[in-house]
Amino acid sequence: MSGIVPAPIARQPWQMLAPLCLLVGFGGLVLYSAGGGGWEPYAGSHLIRFSVFLIMAFVMTRFGKPMVKFLAYPIYIIIVLLLIAVETMGAINGGSQRWINLGPIVLQPSELMKPAIVLVLARFYDDLPVGMIPTWRALIPAGLMIGFPMSLVLLQPDLGTSLAIAFGGAVTMLLAGLPLRWFIGAGVAAMAIAPLAFFFGLQPYQQRRVFTFLDPESDPLGDGYHITQSKIAIGSGGLTGKGFNEGSQSHLNYLPEPHTDFVFATMAEEWGFFGGLLVLGIFAIILRWGLAVARHSNDRFAKLLAAGMTATIFFYVAINLMMVMGLAPVVGIPLPFMSHGGSSMMTNMICIGALMMVHRWNRKAPRSGIHR
Amino acid sequence: MRRLGKRKGGADLVSQTTLTNAFDRRTFFIGSVMGGLGTLLAVRMGYIAIAENEKYKLESESNRVNLSLIPPRRGWILDRNGAPLASNRADFRVDIIPDRTPDPDRTMAVLNDILKLDDNTVADVKKRIKEAAGFQPVEIKSGIDYEQYAAISVRLPDLPGVVPQRGFSRFYPTGPSVGHLIGYVGPANAEEYEEERNALLITPGYKIGKDGLEKVFEQELRGVPGARRVEVTASGRILRDLETRDDTQGDPVQLTIDGPLQDYAARRIGLESGSVVVMDCLTGDVMCMASMPSFDPNSFSAGIGRVEYGMLSQDDRVPLRNKVLKGLYPPGSTVKPMVSMAFLKAGLDPDESVFCGGGLRVGNRVFRCWKRGGHGRVDMAKGIYQSCDVYFYHFAQRIGMDPIAAMAHRCGMGEEFDIPVTSQFYGTVPDPAWKMKKYGREWQAFDTVNATIGQGYMLANPLQLAVMSARIATGYHIEPRMVKKKAVDFGTADFSQEHVEYVRKAMSDVVNGPGTAGRARLPIDDILMAGKTGTAQVVGLNLSNGKTGPWKYRDHGLFIFFAPFDKPRYAGAVVIEHGGGSGSAYPIARDVMTFLFDPAKGMEALNALETQWGGTAQQRLDRKYRAFAAAAGESVKAVPARDEDIFDQVEAEARVAVRRQEAIADEVVTPRTETSASGSTPPPGAAVAPAPAPTPTPTGSTAE
Repeated sequence: MSGIVPAPIARQPWQMLAPLCLLVGFGGLVLYSAGGGGWEPYAGSHLIRFSVFLIMAFVMTRFGKPMVKFLAYPIYIIIVLLLIAVETMGAINGGSQRWINLGPIVLQPSELMKPAIVLVLARFYDDLPVGMIPTWRALIPAGLMIGFPMSLVLLQPDLGTSLAIAFGGAVTMLLAGLPLRWFIGAGVAAMAIAPLAFFFGLQPYQQRRVFTFLDPESDPLGDGYHITQSKIAIGSGGLTGKGFNEGSQSHLNYLPEPHTDFVFATMAEEWGFFGGLLVLGIFAIILRWGLAVARHSNDRFAKLLAAGMTATIFFYVAINLMMVMGLAPVVGIPLPFMSHGGSSMMTNMICIGALMMVHRWNRKAPRSGIHR
Repeated sequence: MRRLGKRKGGADLVSQTTLTNAFDRRTFFIGSVMGGLGTLLAVRMGYIAIAENEKYKLESESNRVNLSLIPPRRGWILDRNGAPLASNRADFRVDIIPDRTPDPDRTMAVLNDILKLDDNTVADVKKRIKEAAGFQPVEIKSGIDYEQYAAISVRLPDLPGVVPQRGFSRFYPTGPSVGHLIGYVGPANAEEYEEERNALLITPGYKIGKDGLEKVFEQELRGVPGARRVEVTASGRILRDLETRDDTQGDPVQLTIDGPLQDYAARRIGLESGSVVVMDCLTGDVMCMASMPSFDPNSFSAGIGRVEYGMLSQDDRVPLRNKVLKGLYPPGSTVKPMVSMAFLKAGLDPDESVFCGGGLRVGNRVFRCWKRGGHGRVDMAKGIYQSCDVYFYHFAQRIGMDPIAAMAHRCGMGEEFDIPVTSQFYGTVPDPAWKMKKYGREWQAFDTVNATIGQGYMLANPLQLAVMSARIATGYHIEPRMVKKKAVDFGTADFSQEHVEYVRKAMSDVVNGPGTAGRARLPIDDILMAGKTGTAQVVGLNLSNGKTGPWKYRDHGLFIFFAPFDKPRYAGAVVIEHGGGSGSAYPIARDVMTFLFDPAKGMEALNALETQWGGTAQQRLDRKYRAFAAAAGESVKAVPARDEDIFDQVEAEARVAVRRQEAIADEVVTPRTETSASGSTPPPGAAVAPAPAPTPTPTGSTAE
């Protein structure tokens, strides 16, 4: 913190923001190439959106803890209402709808629900008396709070997002200290229900995706196509890649969605294994910083909020990367900070903003000295 | 975490501290999961990108680069003067590769909008798509115009598996005239691809020879394919050519066939079903090998359509059978010059005569001469030009069958020739040993009698008859050949020149003297044609008199000939199936030979006839096709899946036809009238011929 740099700027968590900006810039380059070698249509808007949402994140930093706590339930309720609104509009218009058109902004409430669920659960467990943690009072309301929006999103139907909501909520519950055997029990129950859910709950196209994930070569031109082409893109990149703007898989349209879901494959083809390590490394830095922020918080609300936000980002990264490398079925989940798309950028920047906010709370009221 | 879970008697052991501890542990746990997963992803990526790099690099290249073969232009098939009998025509075509077409019906619907195919064609194409091996391209249409080609090319992204291209297709200028001779080309079928695993065979637009010379000379005609490496997008759009290697055209094959003569002969057969063979007596060159009715090889190259197949297979004149090689006929009286040669060789004095009173008793049977009233005294020359059966019955009894059979073989009957064809039937020359072996019965006197007049078990194809004619005419052992080479030496003469000249004179008298075929005289002053008529009975006397009644029961008409008679240059044979006698055959021979010596005069005769018949062979075939298609509508039954099946079937039917002939072999044949002017209506062409100018002969008798 030298005197040259103004304090408000120097105060920011640059150990995270610098790699993040690097990652977004790198993502911009990849999108430049995916767009056929131009700022239009992807790279430019990607960078602009990041700048806008970064400012939003800085604004979020200014919120105080009581204010955030106060807003937690109202925000949750508003988003649930929006979800219901989307659902009814969809039903009226006939067909599924996921967004609300608010003039210039297209709002996707299910996206907002991902950070909101973490926020509301953090508030809930913060309020909950310590003694009640192992009782049903800790479980049932939280379960309802997760379950209701989840089922609304499932109705859309959007399996990826509802899983993301479930994951964020579950991690928050886990960290809130709920008995471990509940989670183990839930895990066992999930495994038991999974086959049923698979055969009765999933759409045929989703079932097919799972099958092709298990054996992508079975249908290389059909459903296995995405996975196969993604692996070809990553594999043909080798150690150092084919070079900027030289990726044949993405440029000749062999790679589906080279700018959104499969942006990592686009990157890996042109930048190789080293590019992949860079991306993985930056994500590691961001997530590690997020967990550190959580650990350094001095109350339950901040801890749970920070950890839940980190988990939400992690969920995106993990599922997306596993998908592009053929370790998970194809689910439409983009890679944070690299994929082109406003909703994902907004959600992830809300998470980052929340983490920066907690970071600021921590700095203003450091933990007492006697922590580990 | 144990301390969290314990709930004993409702007393919770949870406190702020335990919760903080739990949070830290669980955060650590989650961090570990993240780290572990991150490591896993890094390892996985390393595995894909480094360990499997080679494999994926290759796949990426094979994605990006599309290697397509350019089908080589097929070598031309030329006639003896270098004019093309089969050439290539540049055209636009469109094929479909079933493997790459997820929804053939939809694709076909789109193509149909552009190409306006008729229902039968659509049904044929759909059937082929269903039966093709998937990777095999199926031709939808060739010879499409540029607008259609462009329209399809533009819509390619919506038409997966459709391959429009500019290429060459086979073209046979004289169509049906060369159908049996040259065969046709078509896409390779699954078995042919199994046999020869050559990517060329499954290249859209590539055709291989399916029948005839196209099949025999496949390797010579094929050429070397070119190749084109292009960069393509996932939807198949070609971005740029990376590298192109031109194809090398296949070698031409030059035949001994005289293109115009072949076409003339085929057209001259007219409405009849039959064949014409003409050979060059100096070299053995087969100049004409026409078999009609025939198919149009041009329309077979996309695969044989159901309407066309229906029309051809239902025709009792078997347009799919090459009658020159696979039609076997009792040679009838055309064997008499050959039998005479056998007599001469056996030492019979040609002047020795026998009295013909209209029949001859052999054993306890009486064998009739065709002329009921009898020929009176008959020597060898009269036996030939008057075709007296009694003469041959009598002396054959004296000489025996074996010298006659040996002579028949020497003249080419019962022999296979070394010519480039897919198959040839070689017929039968019966002798006592043969009959014993085949039927387990003794040779009878009447067998000899039947054989000497070319009936009974004796069977020959038209090519053999032509060879026989050429060998008798020249005395040399002429071998037929179909590919043009330098002249060959046929060695020393088979027959003594004296014998040859005697038989030539007698055969000339058949046409130019007091013989049975006066109307066969050439309308050219200084060239005299020699010949021998033949009428072959196909069913027993009880069924038909051979001249009228159902077509199938009528006699075959045969004629062997050579010209000029004293210095033979060309020889040949004409066989007309169920023509009702030799009168159907020799006018054709006359006109063909006229065309050979004087094309203008020949054409004049043909044009007059074709006006009567309603157009050239091609025009009549086209009209018949349209009429058949209109009558059959959509009820046409589908074509057998493989062309081979069709031709196997044709060959099997040809064998059955031969078998039928054997059924009457044991019967006593009553020879039919051997002259054109004996009361039956003269065949259409006969009117053109001038009246025979009888040459004075020692016997002084005339045919009538």
